[in-house]
Amino acid sequence: MSEITVGVVVFPGSNCDHDTEYAVASFNGVRPVMLWHNDHDLQGAQAIILPGGFSYGDYLRAGSIARFSPIMKEVIEFARKGFPVLGICNGFQVLLESGLLEGALSRNRDKKFLCCQTTIRPVNCSTIFTTQYKESDVLSIPIAHGEGNYFAPPEVLESLEEHEQVVFRYTDSLGQVTDEANPNGSLHNIAGIVNRTGNVLGLMPHPERASEKLLGSLDGRPLFESLYSHIASL
Amino acid sequence: MPYTAKIKVTLRQSILDVQGKAVEHALKNLGYHTVASARIGKYIEVTINEEELVEAERICNDISQKLLSNPVMENYSFDLEKVN
Repeated sequence: MSEITVGVVVFPGSNCDHDTEYAVASFNGVRPVMLWHNDHDLQGAQAIILPGGFSYGDYLRAGSIARFSPIMKEVIEFARKGFPVLGICNGFQVLLESGLLEGALSRNRDKKFLCCQTTIRPVNCSTIFTTQYKESDVLSIPIAHGEGNYFAPPEVLESLEEHEQVVFRYTDSLGQVTDEANPNGSLHNIAGIVNRTGNVLGLMPHPERASEKLLGSLDGRPLFESLYSHIASL
Repeated sequence: MPYTAKIKVTLRQSILDVQGKAVEHALKNLGYHTVASARIGKYIEVTINEEELVEAERICNDISQKLLSNPVMENYSFDLEKVN
């Protein structure tokens, strides 16, 4: 199998870029390349990850300025051609601002910045990001955000559900979708969604922070494995 | 003569404004029991080097929709004043 190249975009204020690079590099045959926001060259990447952090200090709205970074022109084109793009936390916010995903993320309903372990369930295991999960899995993956409260107008929400674009939901430890298990007030307990064509995923939880035993959970690894097995199969 | 655009961005009514809620509670705690609600938005001043009002308005709408507000959850309004 030839080497897989994954691009990790670095915006000013990204702070999970190196965690993501580390997680990406922990798989055999996968090489991360760091892509500076001012560049235009995706350096042959076969998938792009927009990492977590506070791009541009979250000025104006989380992700709103990063969305206009020079590299985003190429990332948007890359996504529109059907190549995989993954946005984690602030990366999810950037994807929503850029229009690659639908909806918006507002302040957590309890006003708090939340930094804790959550349980989520993959509710659609047929996307290129989730084939290595089972829908019965209950995953322990951390969140760390102040603006993760997923919102979309009713017609968008309905369309997301109808086309099975909701990929992860916050659940309790038994995998039940309950309001108590919803950390931030997201509509329909949404933790992650894909676009209609299934090649762009955004999620608030951090799979890269759940990819090593020492970190207390390995539940993020199958997400990367799913993506790599998809790329390898092309 | 340039224009100063005074742009206000507010959360749509259907969106829970947690900052506004916190301020509302604080005002009530201060004894202002007639305060019924508080909502927080953003105020942005932009100077636009345009001679024509119509063109300045077009730019205001453009930048408000493209960057300054997120139409999914925010509304915007603006006033334009000629700078002397």
